[in-house]
Amino acid sequence: MMPVPSSVPQPKDDFQEELVIRPLHSGDIYASFQFRTLWETDFMRGNKVSHYRLFPKSLGQVISKFSVRELHISFTQGYWRTMQWGQPFLPSPPGAELWVWFQDSVTDVDGTWKELTNVLSGIFCASLNFIDSTNTVQPSASFKPLGIGNVTDHRFLRYATLPREIVCTENLTPWKKLLPCGSKAGLAVLLKSEKLFHSSFHSQAVHIRPVCQDWQCKTTSWELRQTLNVVFDLHTPGQGKLEWSLFKMFSRTLTEACPLASSSKIYIDITDDPQGEQFEVSPATHLLSQAMVLGDRRTFSVYDLTQQITFGTVRSLNLLIRWKSRDMLRPLLHAERYVAGYGLQTGEIHTLMYNNHPYRSFPVLLLDSVPWYLRLYIHTLTVTSKGKDNKPSYIHYQPSKDRVRPHLLEMLVQLPPNSVTEVTVQFERALLKWTEYTPDPNHGFYVGSSVISSLVPSIVAMDTNSTREQPLFSSFFPCKEESSYFMRVYTEPLLVNLPTPDFSMPYNVICLTCTVVAVGYGSLYNLLTRSFQIEEPSPGLAKRIANIIRKMRGVPPL
Amino acid sequence: MGLLSDPNRRRALISLLTRLNAPICVVCYMAGVAWFMGLAFEPFTLRTYMSENAMGSTMVEERFPAGERALGTGREFSAHKKKAGGMPVDWLVKTMQSRGLEVFTQRFSRRLPFPDEDKERYMVKGTNVYGILRAPRAPRTEALVLSAPCSPGDDNNQAVGVLLGLAQYFRNQVFWAKDIIFLVNEHDLIGMQAWLEGYHHTNTTGMDWSPLQGRGGSIQAALSLELSSDVVTSLDLVLEGLNGQLPNLDLANLFYAFCQKIGVLCTTQGKLQRNDWDSVSGYSHAVQTMMLMVMKQASGRPWGDHGLFLRYHIEAATIKGINSFRQYKTDATTIGRLLEGMYRKLNNLLERLHQSYFFYLMPSLSHFVSIGYYMPAFGLLALILLLRALDLWIQLATPPPRTEDGVADAEQMSSPGVLSVLTPLVISHLTGVALYTLPIHFQEIAVEHFPVSETEAVVLTAIAVYTAGLALPHNTHRLLTGRGTENGWKVLKLVAVLYLAVLLGCTALINFSLGFILALTLVPVAAFVTPDVPKALSAFIMVILSPACTLLFSVFLFQELQEMPVSFLDGWMLYLSVISQGILDHALYGSLVYPLVALLVYPCWLLFWNILFWK
Repeated sequence: MMPVPSSVPQPKDDFQEELVIRPLHSGDIYASFQFRTLWETDFMRGNKVSHYRLFPKSLGQVISKFSVRELHISFTQGYWRTMQWGQPFLPSPPGAELWVWFQDSVTDVDGTWKELTNVLSGIFCASLNFIDSTNTVQPSASFKPLGIGNVTDHRFLRYATLPREIVCTENLTPWKKLLPCGSKAGLAVLLKSEKLFHSSFHSQAVHIRPVCQDWQCKTTSWELRQTLNVVFDLHTPGQGKLEWSLFKMFSRTLTEACPLASSSKIYIDITDDPQGEQFEVSPATHLLSQAMVLGDRRTFSVYDLTQQITFGTVRSLNLLIRWKSRDMLRPLLHAERYVAGYGLQTGEIHTLMYNNHPYRSFPVLLLDSVPWYLRLYIHTLTVTSKGKDNKPSYIHYQPSKDRVRPHLLEMLVQLPPNSVTEVTVQFERALLKWTEYTPDPNHGFYVGSSVISSLVPSIVAMDTNSTREQPLFSSFFPCKEESSYFMRVYTEPLLVNLPTPDFSMPYNVICLTCTVVAVGYGSLYNLLTRSFQIEEPSPGLAKRIANIIRKMRGVPPL
Repeated sequence: MGLLSDPNRRRALISLLTRLNAPICVVCYMAGVAWFMGLAFEPFTLRTYMSENAMGSTMVEERFPAGERALGTGREFSAHKKKAGGMPVDWLVKTMQSRGLEVFTQRFSRRLPFPDEDKERYMVKGTNVYGILRAPRAPRTEALVLSAPCSPGDDNNQAVGVLLGLAQYFRNQVFWAKDIIFLVNEHDLIGMQAWLEGYHHTNTTGMDWSPLQGRGGSIQAALSLELSSDVVTSLDLVLEGLNGQLPNLDLANLFYAFCQKIGVLCTTQGKLQRNDWDSVSGYSHAVQTMMLMVMKQASGRPWGDHGLFLRYHIEAATIKGINSFRQYKTDATTIGRLLEGMYRKLNNLLERLHQSYFFYLMPSLSHFVSIGYYMPAFGLLALILLLRALDLWIQLATPPPRTEDGVADAEQMSSPGVLSVLTPLVISHLTGVALYTLPIHFQEIAVEHFPVSETEAVVLTAIAVYTAGLALPHNTHRLLTGRGTENGWKVLKLVAVLYLAVLLGCTALINFSLGFILALTLVPVAAFVTPDVPKALSAFIMVILSPACTLLFSVFLFQELQEMPVSFLDGWMLYLSVISQGILDHALYGSLVYPLVALLVYPCWLLFWNILFWK
């Protein structure tokens, strides 16, 4: 590679890494890695970008070639248990999820989408190439751009999930390769697959979006966020006290920050234990930080890996926490979904949305994308809360087309306080063509998670008696930023059995049909078309000869 | 077809069929019975084998260590059960939570249509407790169920203990790919019905239940455990479910394979299998085992808590611990290991169990008779009906030979009116409807006027309606059309025979045992009955072969096969309770045997009764 002359001003790029560790109520432990690469450049407007430093080239080329405005992709193994674990920092559905906003300059969005999924499939070593028109939808309201840009025409949005996608090391390795330090240094050292996949929940994601360079927002930079969330199960029966350490969790300790990173920090959530009775963190740190996370004010212990002092005398950091587990949470919003009924003809999808807020109601956007082989009876759609009919204020429904596109149902529903809202819709199971069955048809067919997006009143705003620590003048009107926060909840995917033929049947059918055709139909046809006559006994030889002679003579035969 | 298109040969065939009709029918009947009896003969049956690949070659190791501790938990459960006077809900919730499960409860209540005197219950209120072990990194799409009933008295405490012990052990394992639901259900089948209806959000029988809070996706398989002693001599596998449905044979194979591997004695129908198939006693043992299965299947009732799962296409079986006086004992650790092994293999399943048979009979746990082998036995019996129908058809189609008496001839030639056939049909079906509806609706009136309990009232009303039906229909057509014509009864019999053939055919396809038992008794009736046979004797035979008497004989035979013979009086009491149980099964779980018999089989039999008294 040619050395770049220093006189040319290089576009600045910047890399930050961060690990948040939160002991969960259930006794499990949640570790969330975030790696953020920021690049002050513009792939669009015909800029040919050829020199890459921290930003991965493979992704940069994808962005410029396919005119991507925003790209979000996640691979998840397991289901986030909201009831036990509270809210994740970044929610994701089981399996693979991909949603992309294209630039408005793209003319053939579907074609570009098809190519993009195939390219991403190669980059992430995943079955994203199975995304086609039968599982792609264009949500009208649920997925808004997260970066700058005011294009909200959902013609340029594509959303698809593959609920069956299995996530494993072959997806982790290419994901790690996108990091500037790879897995050689910094926090990424901890990402060893034998431990990461020995967990209750594993989710990795890549988010690319344009963000403002400065507060005036005249130029944009590109942000690449790589996140990895993992929940470790530390269940040991009969022990109240739980213990956790970096080494126990990842079988590695930290020795240095990534040299390319401008910031490298570990945050430990110690909110639930302000007095230090429940928790014991060692080595102790005096750096504390407060932040609003998911509508709640949290306190974190901070370890800065760029400071040598963090690593102490042994030049290695092995954090250790002891804490007590407690009972279940009541998250403000959670949801579940199941298939009701029995038999292989019809069924009913039930989606339950719980609003556990004691006095505030709030609206949620429900997005359902159902494959075409479940034929939704949309006239049976009912939304009820507290036993009463709850009329959605907005419904966007796009019916499916067999073998072409799935059903898309989006609804804006108001959830009354302290209630369960139930959305039901009946469906009929289609009979597939025999080549359309998967190799394991008796396993069932997957229906992707519903997506529930909402602005939820925050826990801080819920606490109307929080004036103790704040000056009185600041706390009468709840301020907008703190009063509600955005939240996305995914329900579990569904496994639905379709009527499945016995595949050894074709042989039997062929035999049976052949027999029926040969014996039954053949002779019946014969009987119907033949005309029956009483046959004369054949004349004797002498008579026949006589007749021939008579014929030659022109006399009528005997 | 070539045979039929030739008028000469067709005539010959027809004359053969009409001339030899009776002997052919007798031969068919005997061949059918012989075929059925032959099914239990070991050389004619197939050995069971594991069809499902996912459960076959992969070996699993069983390491469950904590049998003693599980029994201790069972004793604790029993103490709390006594203290609470029923299901110790709080204790169970706390215990399951401490074992790391997500725990939920479900309340249910049900008022029975009339008091169940066998189990002494009328207003049933209860709570089911279940804990879900979430599989790591699984998206809640598939689940397995292990259930144990919370029975009154001292029964099944050990089952709950083993269930909780397994829950604790399973929680610490990492290999689960499906959620495992540990369910303790109260009031046996009623609780199970409530839980299953709640899980699938259906309501087929009008029960009240509170909705479930936690689910694990689609349930792939379920086992129900019944264990009432600390050690057992053998484990019994119960397969027969609601309406005679059976789980996939691979579930039985799985149980058998693990019993062999771990070295536990295993039985089906409470009968050990024997090796001496070539001796008479060995053969009769196999026949008894198979007959027990046939009778249980024909009854259409769930013979264990697993029976209700089958409606939801969930393969399920009940495993019962039996403690007899045999020397060889199996402890709770071994039972735990057996269950662990079974669940690990079920956990390996990639698809629902579908590879093996759904329709089968088992003369022993290691041998089975598939549908292809047993159906001919029924086919031979059904053939009789078709032959009789053909005979009647020919008799009706060909003009009777000229006799000297021209008047009688002319009268016979006139075709019977639609009314003369329709009236008995309608009336006998109305009797059937009365038999179906009256017992439950008239129980209050009956209790007011007679010194009987509600249950007795229902059963006695049913018997009264049944008997009254015998007097009703055969007089009606005379009122309408005067004396019955010769062709009239033939047309009616043709209709009745074909009706019976269709009815039994459909029944045998769904529940072979029921179809076969009904065919055994009803086919001879259908074949021989005409108005010309001696009245008193035929009437007696017909009553003996009627559905109600078939049930009575079945009760005695069942007791005999179970090696618990009863005196006639006890048998009669048992018979009455079987009738009330049948009606209850229909009302509580949706069993179809009672409506089938009352609405279809009994009216059909009345038609033949009608023919007997045609003149």
